[in-house]
Amino acid sequence: MTLHLALETDGGGAHPAAWRLASVSSPGHVREVVRAAEAAGFALVTFADSPLPTPAGRLESVGRAAFVSTATSRVGLAPAVPTATTEPFHVAAQLASLDHASHGRAAWVVTGSTAEELATVGTDGPDGEAAEVVEVVRALWDSWEDDAVIRDAATGRYLDADKVHHVDFVGRHFTVKGPLITPRPPQGRPVVLADAALDVDADILLVSDHVRPARPGLVFAEVEVVLDAGTESAVSRLTDLDAVTPWASDRTRYVGAPEGLVSLLLELSEAVDGVRLHPAVLAVDLPVLVEHVLPALDLHPQRETLRATLGLPRPVNRFISGGVR
Amino acid sequence: MTRVHLGVFYTGVGSGYVWSDPANADHTAIETYLSVARTMERGLFDAFFLGEGLRVRENRGRVLDTDVVGRPDAITQLSVLAGATTRLGLVATQNATYNFPADLARRLSTLDHLSAGRAGWNVVTTDNAWTGENFRRGGWLAHERRYERATQFVEAAKAIWAATGPVERHTDLVDLRVTPTLPASRQGRPVLFQAGDSPGGRDLAARHADVVFSANRTYEKARAYADDLTERLAGHGRSRDSLRILPGTSVVLGDTDAEATERAEWLRQQQLTARQAIGFLEQYWNTDLSAYDADGPLPDIEPAEGELDPSRGTLSIADRTGKLERVRAWRQLAADKNLSIRGLVLEVQPRGGSFVGTPARIADEWARYVRDRVVDGFILGPSHLPGSVDEVVDRLVPELQERGVYRTEYEGTTLREHLDLPAQSSK
Repeated sequence: MTLHLALETDGGGAHPAAWRLASVSSPGHVREVVRAAEAAGFALVTFADSPLPTPAGRLESVGRAAFVSTATSRVGLAPAVPTATTEPFHVAAQLASLDHASHGRAAWVVTGSTAEELATVGTDGPDGEAAEVVEVVRALWDSWEDDAVIRDAATGRYLDADKVHHVDFVGRHFTVKGPLITPRPPQGRPVVLADAALDVDADILLVSDHVRPARPGLVFAEVEVVLDAGTESAVSRLTDLDAVTPWASDRTRYVGAPEGLVSLLLELSEAVDGVRLHPAVLAVDLPVLVEHVLPALDLHPQRETLRATLGLPRPVNRFISGGVR
Repeated sequence: MTRVHLGVFYTGVGSGYVWSDPANADHTAIETYLSVARTMERGLFDAFFLGEGLRVRENRGRVLDTDVVGRPDAITQLSVLAGATTRLGLVATQNATYNFPADLARRLSTLDHLSAGRAGWNVVTTDNAWTGENFRRGGWLAHERRYERATQFVEAAKAIWAATGPVERHTDLVDLRVTPTLPASRQGRPVLFQAGDSPGGRDLAARHADVVFSANRTYEKARAYADDLTERLAGHGRSRDSLRILPGTSVVLGDTDAEATERAEWLRQQQLTARQAIGFLEQYWNTDLSAYDADGPLPDIEPAEGELDPSRGTLSIADRTGKLERVRAWRQLAADKNLSIRGLVLEVQPRGGSFVGTPARIADEWARYVRDRVVDGFILGPSHLPGSVDEVVDRLVPELQERGVYRTEYEGTTLREHLDLPAQSSK
């Protein structure tokens, strides 16, 4: 079966000891990793994030994604942005801007926040807010119709005021008036990814156990990888890394030869639509993935926008779908 | 060193940008941003400056349709430009009312690292509940406390940028507990701009700003402003040299002064369409005036009750009251000078003021401004993109260089170095 692959690109890699290996937070490093992922055929890259100081030196995720937008042309760019520690209006404008700058390749990994993360902005983050934040962000992306800007010199109208809308969102915890300051993004709405455990209406659900949830949306399995590299076996690499900092997680983890990973991914392609890979150390595992794993897979080709790559339709704007006008 | 520092205030909203001119690029397209930024680097400019307005302007409850509108998130857009430029300073206007200090400090710090020390933050405040309707914490801050909040916000951000350990604040205006994620940047921390002209704004500038984006352009006003700020700076133990004063303005060039004047007049007409003139009066009348002819006399009906609606986002607090007296004065002015609606609006509409003339004349004038230290440069608002910026780079910059008041290459790499600001101490 044909598969989508995503790559998590944060820092030195997913292993907590990967950060110690190199100057991994430099902008140049971020750009090189994303370009390598694009050239290898990944559908999208994700940028994990947190406002906490560990690991040290981590740059904010939307900034990283924006920084690489003009150095790439086909790969999707998916920063992780929490719903609680910034304003929904800013999140909507940031991701819309990323979508404009990348000509339709923006996505959003919706994340929750820990108590320590919430303390950075002095809030306790009411329960159930994530779903409302996603809902209002999508409404804001629709607040300008695609053809709102008319530049009609004869009547002196730059835009058609009937096509830019207040969203008048009323949630349980907050309200947002709208419209957004930014015109509708090229994809209509950037692609939304969320862990299936978060109660969020996502375009892509991320699952750790490879079980397809009973909800609409594409499903991507989360897989950590440690690969044989050169003369070093994956097992001994992991032992060495764990000796520095143990790597605990509840995701599926593959440790071994690249051929075995190919078999696992082929197997997974029967159950899910895609896989997000979390390489233990990008500098070591990404070249092995590029050389020995991706060429052996049947991947959907990268297209001009991320939605097109993923086979997701461009959403109809809620403000016209009712046929009011 | 005495010289002219230049920035461009990239078009976001407002009537200054002549969108109806077919020579103009789409100001919202990323390609336009990139090409303008590259032209600015060619012209050895200090900074690319992005404004901010957190609610789309309206006129009587509907989105204002006469002016350009549509802005990116400033830090996101400047992060794009950081990847596509190497020297240009990148300044984001960001609100101290509708952001969280730790979150904004980290995003600005990220931009500073992505650009290797070229980031700036123009600190602005908003008190108005109308903008607040877009935010969870909408309309929470009383007008008289906005600069108190801004000061605490800036101090928290500076503490985060300078810290190696946890920073904690728990007041009724700023509440955070955070350990910084990023080290100092190549320029120490983002350069701080301040734009408010009220006493509260001037005091914030004197205390914390590296640059003021001033509204005082004419020589006399600029001199008075510089004197006032110098005094305020002294109150905080700072010298005039620790601050750059950059008024906002625009430039209209011609081969002769007469040609430039003619162009400026043409431009003013272009910047005030019939629909814009009627829209301007509707703010004050608060009623539909579309039946009136912009080239005819003032409306014969009286304005509707109530003070001015802040929904244009452009009216200062002072301008929102006393509208009936203002309208009476306008009627008198229109009668005395026999002005049409458009003619009146051309007379009374607030505007920044342009420098109009040959490149040589403007270069002479600017050289005098900076030699007398009444300003340190200008932030230019383009009526045309990329045309207005091309013109300054190709025609005015060489004249300034000839007079020895403009750099001939970038000597440094950071925005702080471009601005000849004192090196950043770690405090």
